[in-house]
Amino acid sequence: MPITRRHFDALIIGAGGAGLNAALRLATADARVAVVSKVFPTRSHTVAAQGGVNAALANVLPDNWHWHMFDTVKGSDYLGDQDAIEYMCREAIPTVYELEHAGVPFSRIDNGKIYQRAFGGQSQNFGGPQAARTCAAADRTGHAILHTLYQQNIRARTHFFDEYFAVDLIRDQEGAVVGALVMEIESGEPLLIESKTTLLATGGCGQVFRTTSNAHINTGDGMAMALRIGVPLMDMEFYQFHPTGIAGKGMLITEGVRGEGGYLVNKDGERFMERYAPNAKDLASRDVVARAIVTEVKEGRGCGPQRDHVMLKLDHLGEEVVAKRLPGIRESARIFAGVDPVEEPIPVFPTAHYVMGGIPTDRFGRVVSPVGSGPEEVVPGLYAAGECACVSVHGANRLGGNSLLDILVFGRAAGIDIMDYLRENRHHRPMDETAVEKAVARLTRWEKKGEGISVRELRDEFRKSMEDHAGVFRTEEVMTEGVDRLKAIRAKLADVRLKDQSAVFNTARVEALELENLIDVGMSIALSALARKESRGAHSRPDYPKRDDQNWLKHSLYTQEGDRMDYKPVRSKPLTVETFPPKERVY
Amino acid sequence: MKFRVYRFNPETDTRARMQEFEVEVFRGMMLRDALLEIKRQDESFAFRHSCGEGVCGSDGVNANGRNRLACITPITDLKEPVHVRPLPGRPVIRDLVVDMTQFYHQYRSVQPFLIHKEPLPEAEVLQYPEEREKLDGLYECIMCACCSTACPSFWWNPEKFHGPQALLAAWRFLADSRDQAMDERLDALEGPYKLFRCHSIMSCVEVCPKGLNPTKAIGHIRELMLEKAI
Repeated sequence: MPITRRHFDALIIGAGGAGLNAALRLATADARVAVVSKVFPTRSHTVAAQGGVNAALANVLPDNWHWHMFDTVKGSDYLGDQDAIEYMCREAIPTVYELEHAGVPFSRIDNGKIYQRAFGGQSQNFGGPQAARTCAAADRTGHAILHTLYQQNIRARTHFFDEYFAVDLIRDQEGAVVGALVMEIESGEPLLIESKTTLLATGGCGQVFRTTSNAHINTGDGMAMALRIGVPLMDMEFYQFHPTGIAGKGMLITEGVRGEGGYLVNKDGERFMERYAPNAKDLASRDVVARAIVTEVKEGRGCGPQRDHVMLKLDHLGEEVVAKRLPGIRESARIFAGVDPVEEPIPVFPTAHYVMGGIPTDRFGRVVSPVGSGPEEVVPGLYAAGECACVSVHGANRLGGNSLLDILVFGRAAGIDIMDYLRENRHHRPMDETAVEKAVARLTRWEKKGEGISVRELRDEFRKSMEDHAGVFRTEEVMTEGVDRLKAIRAKLADVRLKDQSAVFNTARVEALELENLIDVGMSIALSALARKESRGAHSRPDYPKRDDQNWLKHSLYTQEGDRMDYKPVRSKPLTVETFPPKERVY
Repeated sequence: MKFRVYRFNPETDTRARMQEFEVEVFRGMMLRDALLEIKRQDESFAFRHSCGEGVCGSDGVNANGRNRLACITPITDLKEPVHVRPLPGRPVIRDLVVDMTQFYHQYRSVQPFLIHKEPLPEAEVLQYPEEREKLDGLYECIMCACCSTACPSFWWNPEKFHGPQALLAAWRFLADSRDQAMDERLDALEGPYKLFRCHSIMSCVEVCPKGLNPTKAIGHIRELMLEKAI
């Protein structure tokens, strides 16, 4: 049966903050834009972001975009590209105002301006006193932003394909991306969307780990689709473990708790961050705090009967502050940890949270990829933004409050550049039927019947392996074993069978397609991590404890074909200001 | 622990049935964990879920006769055997998955977006803390549909009555000091059905997993309409 085809100027895959902000640009400029999302847009994981979005508005304390830029470069452990970081920190200010104008219910201070709280890694005057740069809507900022963006897209009459799963991108012989094969989950029917431009905005891949703050849907779909058309993934070894997930469960407790004055203690009641980061203490960068917690637990100073977590204290803040600024956290702690944080501390341990790496792009959101052995070039028609992309503004470690910023700034940048591209490329390129067949084969593969391994079984094994072998601390030995395991798991994928072959709302089939994506992305994390023989940001190797700028101040590129690693230089020259040269990173 | 879950696959079933599963429980287990365990036993079991922490609003279900968000419902709150059904009053697509089209349509029809008509300043539109406080209890809605699908008025008139969720959204914008479309918003709610089908039964308030109060919001809209009429 022939597959139905639809035509659009722009196809956006993913309806989180990045996808919706790009869609809003395009729809208000009258482009024909389609947003494909495997869940209804307000279910996208942007909804779970708590603490806020960074912008140097200086509403609460003095601030300046240049200070924000310095903090971001330092936070990235000097692996971030300084042109993109300058762009993001400058654009942060108009971006937040634009969101406010769109209706985001930001918390306010007495003079009616947007409330800003302190977050980790923020400073005034290039490393001076703590700054307050994170614009917040209580502790539900992501929810407030996502709903507002969806609402404005309703107003702009954006065309949504809700509950459609993106199967694969279609790339033609000349290397241009001409659309994607998607599947309507409700009917199980495939649909071919032919588009002049395609934006990947599929978010993160936290489901590669067993314990994560990420939702069930965060399976790295866009990253895996990029890999399968020959685009490499960049800096995938840099995976952020958020210091404060609810112990044993992984749900997030925002850094905003520490921003409001909360702090961590070990079993002796010691405020241990004072030893690890004498100045910033509990508001040191996330990589620093996560390592400190794991070290406390490893050295026997953890809390609880198993001594396997630490405590986050905020009872001294008083009920009023908690009720006003951290209501969502109080609710989560009550439900999932069984404690009311107004009275008792919350048991916490690091949880897999955010991938700094992703699909390489320039600061216009255009996907860039090396051609043969030559330098990188733009992949015509393909864009990426948000957590699935790597611009790179986060380098080796992302600062809290910079991810909502990243998705909004670069979602919008991609939208703007897509408009330029559409002006110069008025017609659809011909569809590549061979590539379509290949994409369809990815669906029909799951029609194989008979005995085999279940999706669930292999998925559990995979996620456990990732947790055991690519966690906070990584040694050669642990990672080599991990890579072997992952290769065995990847080989077993061919033996996985679906018992349920039905068409209508078959979630088992969606999970099978997601499992393939998870394994492709997990492989990129493990191999990139094994190759990098230094400690930088979130990538921490006890066998190579120092940062090595001589050999490793460069971006990793993992290509799926042959599991190959390549490297490219860091862009250390900003747009208008002086470079921040690498320095020792202390907090 | 025994669970009896609603099963219906339109490709093979002519009518729905309840299927029993035995699930091993653990401390801190939520209803969503139990549903995931059932899916482990039978991969053909379908339900929506995502964030697992009560913010994405995907996993509204009816458990033991009451609409709830599965991921934040401790199984210790539920009497055994636990009966799990799809949200009531909506067409069932499969198992616990219902067709939400009508619900989303009602949301879209209240113009759920901020309308600011005057020229915008370069910086933020000022809003004082006491003005902002009026949005608390309104903007937090996660659109899980627990309220609207618990509302008898919405069961009878889903195409005409906006339902508690959409009306909460309507009030969220009417209550926003930055919004400048009050007259249009109120005019659009005129007529016997859209707003006035609410009979203050308050099922919505009882079931809202986020503790919000749509009935109160509807009351505020009524007051505004009355003021405007005078």
